[in-house]
Amino acid sequence: MSELLSDNSAALKDLKDLVVSQLANEILETEIRYGELTVIAKRDDILKVLTFLRDDTGCLFKQLIDVCGADYPERAERFDVVYHMLSLKHNLRIRVKVRTDEESPVPSCVSLFSAADWFERETWDMYGIFFAGHPDPRRLLTDYGFEGHPLRKDFPLTGYVEVRYDDEQKRVVYEPVKLVQDFRNFDFESPWEGIQNVLPGDEKAEGKA
Amino acid sequence: MSEQKIKNMTMNFGPQHPAAHGVLRLVLEMDGEVIERADAHIGLLHRGTEKLIEYKTYIQATPYFDRLDYVAPMNQEHAYCLAIEKLMGVEVPKRAQYIRVLYAEIGRILNHILNMTAFALDVGAMTPLLWGFEEREKLMEFYERACGARLHANYFRPGGVAVDLPAGLLEDIDAWADQFDIFLNDFDRVLTGNRIFKQRTVDIGTVTAEEALDWGFTGPNIRASGLAWDLRKSQPYDSYEDFDFDIPVGKNGDCYDRFLVRFEEMWQSLKIIKQAVKNMPDGPVIVQNNKVAPPSRAQMKRSMEALIHHFKLFTEGFHVPAGECYAAVEAPKGEFGVYLVSDGSNRPYRCKIRAPGFPHLQGIDFMSKGHMLADVVANIGSLDIVFGEIDR
Repeated sequence: MSELLSDNSAALKDLKDLVVSQLANEILETEIRYGELTVIAKRDDILKVLTFLRDDTGCLFKQLIDVCGADYPERAERFDVVYHMLSLKHNLRIRVKVRTDEESPVPSCVSLFSAADWFERETWDMYGIFFAGHPDPRRLLTDYGFEGHPLRKDFPLTGYVEVRYDDEQKRVVYEPVKLVQDFRNFDFESPWEGIQNVLPGDEKAEGKA
Repeated sequence: MSEQKIKNMTMNFGPQHPAAHGVLRLVLEMDGEVIERADAHIGLLHRGTEKLIEYKTYIQATPYFDRLDYVAPMNQEHAYCLAIEKLMGVEVPKRAQYIRVLYAEIGRILNHILNMTAFALDVGAMTPLLWGFEEREKLMEFYERACGARLHANYFRPGGVAVDLPAGLLEDIDAWADQFDIFLNDFDRVLTGNRIFKQRTVDIGTVTAEEALDWGFTGPNIRASGLAWDLRKSQPYDSYEDFDFDIPVGKNGDCYDRFLVRFEEMWQSLKIIKQAVKNMPDGPVIVQNNKVAPPSRAQMKRSMEALIHHFKLFTEGFHVPAGECYAAVEAPKGEFGVYLVSDGSNRPYRCKIRAPGFPHLQGIDFMSKGHMLADVVANIGSLDIVFGEIDR
């Protein structure tokens, strides 16, 4: 595996240089880690970035493998939208990320990649990230009439409602979740591994060396 | 005769339809018997796997992957383990890699048998399904002998595999591989040249190479459209570079080609299985680092340290360095990827599962347009849809 990582590292570096030189105004950061190139793009320029990556002869990322969200509630712009792309021609992958919050829409890339349709619907469903210009912005995976966005970090694992078949009403009814036992969330942070054993006076020794 | 207004009919297909391969609900807009739009309503099997994984330690999350594509469970675990290994920088021992390849290929045959025979059933051929399940039973016995479970294996672990293969299993797999061609040849004779089967599949649901790329198709479905793309060859993981096998490629991208590609893949998988059995190296089956992999039972009886390691590993679990990575395997259905974000704790911060069936099912709309109602069934069958992975 390590050989493989080193194999495409030169190609990745070239790709990074190309992206940085061509899209200097559209991207914020680039990073190569674990043999994967990550590009953080500006939200409003995402379509330009994706179009470039798809059409430039040095990129040709013709396939949109995945679009997904990620939630970091402590940040001001709490959501990441992560695009994974694959270039069959150059046998390379790239990850493009944009940041957004609950209100700001991300331009939809369905016009560039048909595959983005359901991926964006799923991201909207799970995180409540709005995609501007999506042709069919319905929910995808959750129940008809579902409220909330389940993959957000502030959404409880158990959810808010549960369903059961009611024999008297002869239909499925929705009720607030009743837990027989409180949800247990153990703190496994090890007191041995987290703590650095710093003794008073150690900083002086480091300062000297 | 006075002019009549014809209204399109909307028809509900599934979710309890035997040809829906699970819980697919299709809302079909039809003009007579011709499909104008196929709107798939998915999520009836949504279990919130990604959310659940965020609340489990890395080891506890592995069994969830068996429940995604329950037809070939170990291939899913494979991607997850590769992602963790990538983040932790763990080198998997050679024997473990070979065992993984062996079982990934068994999984591929398991998957293809089920899919192709069920596909044949959908278009009217009952017999292959009955033959196929006999072979699947034998293969699931190999699963059971390796890990104790027929379906929910939990056999691949970060750093290797859970336990070594029992004595005699490799010989039995070899003996099975020698007789499997009888099934394949029978299967070939009854379907490949069959006139009824060809009438139902040739030129149905044609996908061009451009469309396949645009819609994010992977695996046999993109190969049937003429693109020779296989992650086992182009981005080999574990020890696939050691094996000699070919990538079958289709020409027309129709249902029949997808069938043929899968059929040839079974022959290639058989070839890989034979090579893996023959060249199986000796040595440990899991990385010899007790911070990642549990110590052996025998060690635990004598060594206090081993006992502590075991306890810590199965309560707290290991901590994965902060970072993010994407690992993909060539699962039987296509590219199965895991995008793993770690915040340095013992639980995944975010685990996105990229299931191959998800974009494939999305394509049902453009593939079915203009076809007859009965062809939708052929399209679904040839796309290889399993709802465990699509709904997650």
